[in-house]
Amino acid sequence: MSDSVLHHVAPDRYRRPLRQRVASVIEPWLYCAPVLVIIVAVMFVPLVLGVSYAFRDIQLLNPFSGGFVGLDHFRALGQDDAFFRALRNTLWWTGASVFLQLGFGLILALLLNVPFAGRGLAQALVFLPWAVPTFLAGLNWAWLFNPVIGPLPHWMTALGLMDEPSNILADPSIAMWGPIIAAVWWGIPFFAITLLAALQSIPKDLYEAASIDGASPWQQFRSITLPFLAPVIAITVLLRTVWVANFADLIIVMTNGGPADRTQTVASYIFTQAFKRLDFGYASAVALVLLALLLAYSMVILVLRQRLSDRDK
Amino acid sequence: MLKTIAHRVAILCFIAFSLFPLFWLLKVSVTPNDLLYSEGVRLWPSRVTLDHFSFVLANSEFPRFFGNSLIVSGTTAVCTTILAALMGYALSRFRFRGKLWLAGLLLVTQMFPLVMLVAPIFKILAPLGLTNSLAGLIVVYTAFNVPFASFLMQGFFDGIPPDLEEAAMIDGADRFTAFRQIILPLGLPGIAATLGFVFTAAWSEMIFALMLISGNDKATFPVGLLSFVSKFSVDYGQMMAAGVLALIPACLFFLMIQRYLVQGMTAGAVKG
Repeated sequence: MSDSVLHHVAPDRYRRPLRQRVASVIEPWLYCAPVLVIIVAVMFVPLVLGVSYAFRDIQLLNPFSGGFVGLDHFRALGQDDAFFRALRNTLWWTGASVFLQLGFGLILALLLNVPFAGRGLAQALVFLPWAVPTFLAGLNWAWLFNPVIGPLPHWMTALGLMDEPSNILADPSIAMWGPIIAAVWWGIPFFAITLLAALQSIPKDLYEAASIDGASPWQQFRSITLPFLAPVIAITVLLRTVWVANFADLIIVMTNGGPADRTQTVASYIFTQAFKRLDFGYASAVALVLLALLLAYSMVILVLRQRLSDRDK
Repeated sequence: MLKTIAHRVAILCFIAFSLFPLFWLLKVSVTPNDLLYSEGVRLWPSRVTLDHFSFVLANSEFPRFFGNSLIVSGTTAVCTTILAALMGYALSRFRFRGKLWLAGLLLVTQMFPLVMLVAPIFKILAPLGLTNSLAGLIVVYTAFNVPFASFLMQGFFDGIPPDLEEAAMIDGADRFTAFRQIILPLGLPGIAATLGFVFTAAWSEMIFALMLISGNDKATFPVGLLSFVSKFSVDYGQMMAAGVLALIPACLFFLMIQRYLVQGMTAGAVKG
């Protein structure tokens, strides 16, 4: 498509400087145009609409809905106990998932940063969970926790962690651990890949100099590795937190918010409101609140990161 | 010595943790039904069978789900890669006003909460007849994958020296011809990596597939598998056989591209 335009312009190029200049201004945008069009149409327009829905009465099956309701959804939200429970669950789910993913991801990256025979194969194998479709990861872990066909309840009983083999996904007090473990399993590779890339960019002579000066491995880790990794960790944790907080797949597949709403997060709550009750207005209001909270969180992290790097200088 | 042993043991623990769930999926899918419960916790059944696979392939709707998923993921991968190649080329080779702004725009889309967009997208696609249609899914998946794919392609194009296409343009080829005949062939590994990445992402997507598709004849794999799970009587062997089948394309692609993906990520991390 841009081909024909360029052919048309080309012959005049040397005779008409103005036309040439216009063409060279337009040219990059011709390459960007298809992406811009689809992103604006499928992401930005819906985002604006989604914000507007939060102030309107939008119910899919109700033809009389669609009116402007002002802040009604937000007032209802203030009295919605299910929402506040979901908010607490989201904190727990996001905090635990990201913290464990980061911890194990960092350990794995450090392990893989040491050269050993078969490292390429080991790397491909430990990164494999990342390729597993999330719905399948969720189903798979739900099956593993199932005492009928899964081994985990039996193992936990044998270890004395459980009185009898039962499904932790059915126990309200610990059900959240199910999706968290699945999320950690699925998310470790992401942290490990990012942190491994960062580790490999640390200049090797720093370590050599440190060991000549007699620094212990722990001292080297604290004064060389951690400061180098800190900015990468900050940005990865930030992106990951936003992503995990918004991520509903595993919960929908494994528990669907149950038992007794104990695993209902804000993201899965929004999905339930939109998908099961077809109440798009209310769902959008909840989503807007989640978006605001995540933006506030991102600002805090970015400011903290700025402070830290200022202090270093 | 002790340190080396501890290191190897730790690596083995990680490998076991990564692979065990997948191994279990495979184990149940080849366990005959009569042994499913009696040998529920054994690591490998005393007899194996491929009955679950043949049943799923012959008597269920899974071949259709599989086909739908292939169509959606394959088309999405091709469309996204074409768009991302153009965009990535522009980001890599042109200097123009608004470029930084454009890259920022792409980056911002990565922070959008998906749950917020689901409802409006449904409302927009419904009057166009794109709900309950594979074409609608393809459009949505393409849009959601194109920002990251563009950065990947930019990273790969940055690695190709510009001298070659400049020489071609001095010889009278216009830029788009040079792009098609010189840059694209050289960028093939990057294109393959992007194709694989997008294919895997589209193959896994569940929320939009659930929201936008209502009938079984248009269902993709995640939707089909979930409806299978929520049905009254569950046949675990068949379900896991279907799961193994769903896993195959994604894992194949991943093993193919994993090297390039880490490369692309490192390049991106260095820049941003």
